[in-house]
Amino acid sequence: MRVIPIADTSAPAAGSCDEDTGDVRPISLPLARRDFLKGSGLLFGSLATGSLLAGLAPSTAWALELKKLTSAEGAALMAMGRVLYPHEKLPDAVYALLAKDLDAKAAGDAATAKLLSDGTAWLNKSAGGDFARAKAGRRQEIVRSMEGTPFFNTVRGQCITSLYDNDMAYAVFGYPGASWDKGGYITRGFQDLKWLPAPPLEASPKPYMG
Amino acid sequence: MAKFDHSDDSVVVVIGSGAGGGTLANELCQKGIKVVVLEAGKQQSNASFINDEWKSFAQLAWLDTRTTSGTWRIAKDFAGLPAWICKTVGGTTTHWAGASLRFQEHEFRAKTVYGELKGANLLDWPVTLKELEPYYAKAENKMGVTRTNGIPGLPGNNNFKVMYNGATRVGYKEVHTGNMAINSQPRDDRGRCMQLGFCFQGCKSGAKWSTLYTEIPKAEATGNFELRTESHVSRIEHNPAGKVTGVVYFDKDGKEQRQKARIVCVAGNSIETPRLLLLSASNMFKDGLANSSGQVGRNYMRHMTGSVYAAFKDSVHMYRGTTMAGIVRDEAVHNPARGFAGGYEMETLSLGVPFMAAFLNPGGWGPDFAWWMDHYTHLAGMWLVGEDMPRATNRVTLNTSVKDQWGNYVPNVHFDDHDNDIAMRNHAFTQGERVYQAAGAIRTFRTPPYPSTHNLGTSRMSARAQDGVVNKWGQTHDIPNLFVSDGSQFTTGGSENPTLTIVTLAIRQADYIAEQMKQRAI
Repeated sequence: MRVIPIADTSAPAAGSCDEDTGDVRPISLPLARRDFLKGSGLLFGSLATGSLLAGLAPSTAWALELKKLTSAEGAALMAMGRVLYPHEKLPDAVYALLAKDLDAKAAGDAATAKLLSDGTAWLNKSAGGDFARAKAGRRQEIVRSMEGTPFFNTVRGQCITSLYDNDMAYAVFGYPGASWDKGGYITRGFQDLKWLPAPPLEASPKPYMG
Repeated sequence: MAKFDHSDDSVVVVIGSGAGGGTLANELCQKGIKVVVLEAGKQQSNASFINDEWKSFAQLAWLDTRTTSGTWRIAKDFAGLPAWICKTVGGTTTHWAGASLRFQEHEFRAKTVYGELKGANLLDWPVTLKELEPYYAKAENKMGVTRTNGIPGLPGNNNFKVMYNGATRVGYKEVHTGNMAINSQPRDDRGRCMQLGFCFQGCKSGAKWSTLYTEIPKAEATGNFELRTESHVSRIEHNPAGKVTGVVYFDKDGKEQRQKARIVCVAGNSIETPRLLLLSASNMFKDGLANSSGQVGRNYMRHMTGSVYAAFKDSVHMYRGTTMAGIVRDEAVHNPARGFAGGYEMETLSLGVPFMAAFLNPGGWGPDFAWWMDHYTHLAGMWLVGEDMPRATNRVTLNTSVKDQWGNYVPNVHFDDHDNDIAMRNHAFTQGERVYQAAGAIRTFRTPPYPSTHNLGTSRMSARAQDGVVNKWGQTHDIPNLFVSDGSQFTTGGSENPTLTIVTLAIRQADYIAEQMKQRAI
């Protein structure tokens, strides 16, 4: 799989972090060049204009070339990811990372490839053709019916790192990630909560500032 | 750094460089004793630590194959990861949160005070708080524990502010930013805490005490110290007289080496320590070294733990600042009226988004799970940590059907919660939720135990040789020149985070070893 991240040019300056939403790290979207495509499938989409992420990404368009899985299989896995971890604010580009990581596993291991291929076939069959286009309630029923199967466990387990350990998720959930390069929080709001009274000094002494 | 010959049988070999091994090594070196430390992990530094949960985990955690069994939820959620401890120079003092509490007097007399509990293998420690007090004082001074030695407490972060308000509204009295081995002001050539929020990932500022950059360089400066990294000990050897003579280890190139020794001290944490004693079985010691009691590997404790996370209408940003600088101590007492023996602490805790996803509710999914992640910036969190019951059947054994990268049997960790552990956890969950509700929580969540960071008891201290593995000095009952120098020695677990007590015992053990060497007793 060739994922070609476009160099980010719109990273906010170090001083411009928003303490309320959490500082936001540079975003790199997966992007594949169309003329290089040799893989089995292709997933693509775009970030909603005007969304938080669109304002941070160098481009709103994203594309992902799959090495082993078909486009339809990739789309079914993305849809399953959304049933398992339904976050309205997370764009499809994040769920595409799930397809990307599962595709990489499939490319490296024939048993996983078969597991994913059979599993997505089952998803589609249960949905009467196309799982990704089935009604939300039906998609939930189908996924629930598969709970505990090796296919379910593989996809769900992969979601934890694919969906929640990336720059887009950090930005959406308001988690700034590393703090060392910004000097920690000693002068950046570690005790800025205002809706409760401050504890007395014997419980919480003043910070040492030199 | 000194360099000792492999055939130099005058050295003390210390296995492991964490709270126990790193401290013991430095204390011995300061007394002029030659020490070779064999550390299985690689050397990192403040500069190489990573503010990224998964990357740091890959850098520091002990990820060699382990297996699990028993009814504890860890065996289902993290079957190959019973413990979240480290394989790196400095051991788990790179990862620990810094909470440094003394055991309470009654906790050294658990059997006497709690009485016989069915299914528990309780025993009194062969030492008392009074005997340990001078050593606790030395440990606190060495580690720079806040609220001791005139060191001010740490400033509380937002997560503490929520805990403080909730706890005091519920009526708790002892609520503060803890006794932390994290500099609230510059001390011992280390700066003050920068409120990074990455205590678990190795402290990049060095404000948190770790043997990596305190004990080890101090030991090095004596000229009596040699550290060999990526050196995994696989066997301790002995002579026909039943004294240990040295160790066999795999070096960084995977080559087998033998280091002779006058004394061997094992400090590999409570899974590897008993494993090594068991792996060292011989014709003379068929059940493993120092195991005439049959207690090696038994009485494995991992503290009663659990977490409560709570969501609020307004933001908290719990990830900002010192992770564990916040404590409620009121429940740490022994009060059987609550329906269980022993007590527990409530301590602030925070995870980043990646680890929150992994640990909030392992195996969980669906809209409810997503709701909690969506509210990440509005969450507060606390860890519940209390005394669990030692049980003969909770046990580290060799799994003879799985081998590690060097061809040795991997350890299996078997654990079943005692009824007392379950009763305490339920009480702690309820109280934790009450604290957050009093602070205005809109929802609360009971998070099950993480892989164990407090691993204790698998080579326990006992007055009588048949009840445990080591005596009150950590010296094995069976072999006078073989010592256990980590949390494996703990007779019972207490409710407190164990590192301060491990360091305390190591300082005291160093005095004993030096004295015994001088007397030529060992």
